[in-house]
Amino acid sequence: MWKFFHKLASPPHFYRLAATLIPWFAVPGLVFIGYGAYAGLFVVSPDYQQGDAFRIIYVHVPSAYLSMMAYVMMAVGGGIGLIWRLKLAHAVGAAAAPLGAAFTFLALVTGSIWGRPMWGTWWEWGDPRLTSELILLFLYFGYMALRSSIDDTAKADKASAVLALVGVVNVVIVHFSVEWWSSLHQGQTVFKKGTMDADMRIPLFAMLIGFTLLFGAMLARRIRTEVLFRERRTRWVREMILSPEGDK
Amino acid sequence: MNTPTPQQPGIFFGLLAIARRDLLLAWKRPGDVLNPLFFFAMVCTLFPLAVGPSVEQLTFSGPGVLWVAALLATLLSLNTLFMSDHEDGSLDQLLVSPQPLPVLALGKTIAHWLISGLPLVLISPLLAMTYHMPSAVMGVLMLTLLLGTICLSLLGSIGAALTVGLHRGTALLSLLILPLAMPVLLLGANTVSLAAGNEVYATGIWALGAYAIASLSLAPYATAAALRISNE
Amino acid sequence: MDALLMGNYGPYVWSCFALTLIVIVFSEWRSRVRHSRVYRDIEVRIKALEERQ
Repeated sequence: MWKFFHKLASPPHFYRLAATLIPWFAVPGLVFIGYGAYAGLFVVSPDYQQGDAFRIIYVHVPSAYLSMMAYVMMAVGGGIGLIWRLKLAHAVGAAAAPLGAAFTFLALVTGSIWGRPMWGTWWEWGDPRLTSELILLFLYFGYMALRSSIDDTAKADKASAVLALVGVVNVVIVHFSVEWWSSLHQGQTVFKKGTMDADMRIPLFAMLIGFTLLFGAMLARRIRTEVLFRERRTRWVREMILSPEGDK
Repeated sequence: MNTPTPQQPGIFFGLLAIARRDLLLAWKRPGDVLNPLFFFAMVCTLFPLAVGPSVEQLTFSGPGVLWVAALLATLLSLNTLFMSDHEDGSLDQLLVSPQPLPVLALGKTIAHWLISGLPLVLISPLLAMTYHMPSAVMGVLMLTLLLGTICLSLLGSIGAALTVGLHRGTALLSLLILPLAMPVLLLGANTVSLAAGNEVYATGIWALGAYAIASLSLAPYATAAALRISNE
Repeated sequence: MDALLMGNYGPYVWSCFALTLIVIVFSEWRSRVRHSRVYRDIEVRIKALEERQ
């Protein structure tokens, strides 16, 4: 069992393993998303309060969830990379950042579009989730900016790992502090994610699962590229490229 | 024969020594103190110029504007925290010193706060007056700024350590620290606003205090780690 | 038609779904382009080294 993980941490093994696993994540992911989107858009009956607009939840919530999950992966990857000095862990962080930022962007934009008919504004500073999500986007930008401004890969890995870890603490704090602030101003519209009907909930779960699987596939692909680039001067890469298949 | 081991200076000594050194250095460069102060004052004057001198508007926005100005001034000043040491090589000396690096980092940060954070706190009543802030609220402003600038200096030291010596480090430093600084800004400015509105504001003070204590105990370790990484 | 309009909310809902689709597809496309570029660059360099030997 340990041998499996040990092998997994080795770049050439991960590179090949990921290539075979990606379709196993991507296809089920797309199936779940397909079902979830179809059901969410056409089958589920409109919410009595929000009408059809609530359907945005089926892309908004998965995006927001992924935006946070990606950050945690970035931070954990950085932490593992720092403590156990696993190059692959750092590669995970580097690969996860742009993806996480993309989903954060999606969460913000879909949330804003949703907010327009609901609250009448494109933005609401009083909502804690909006503000924390925006700060999360800044954290991603900071991480990516730091990485790109340090030339030495190992140094960039370690510096951004420290940043990601400090940022994780910050994400928790920001969320609580903004919620506290917002609860102080009682008149604010707080989007209640109250109780949902079962038939509304099922497509949402499907979307969550589907998005997560798809994210896994997309991330694995990016990690492969990252690994390939970092290991470009090693012997295993050389042998792989010279051999007949190569592998995408 | 036993050679007596020399007494290793304690960490408190190390802390004071490095703080004193930085303060002496700053004494020779008054710009380090004055620049953030002037910047703070200027930003505070920019706002009424841009938005108009309506008393009502100023009283309303005073806490927020003063706080944002203080935040920006601190951000700008953080760039110099490790810069001169990095340039003349003393940073390398600090890295190999027998004193624990977090202690040294804390000492430098404390000195930096005394130079750039504390003056902001002291001058704030003057600027708050131009925003027609009642004196009772001014007290709250000073208290929140006191705790807040401590947090900002500590959090900022992490960013400064990560970006020391980097090309275009200042801009990156601001980008890195702003997300970390937002809770502090939120707590600080809104506590003062609450005080201005005659509402209960004590929770905000406690929260800021807790934040300051947490930063005080944790930030130096992150700063030390970042310093080691930046200077390998 | 009903599904398209969604009682006036149509544009909002569909733009969200469309945007999500676009971002995901775009991200995946960029990732693949980058991968093949990295692969090609390495391949060129290694083949050149091979030639020389």
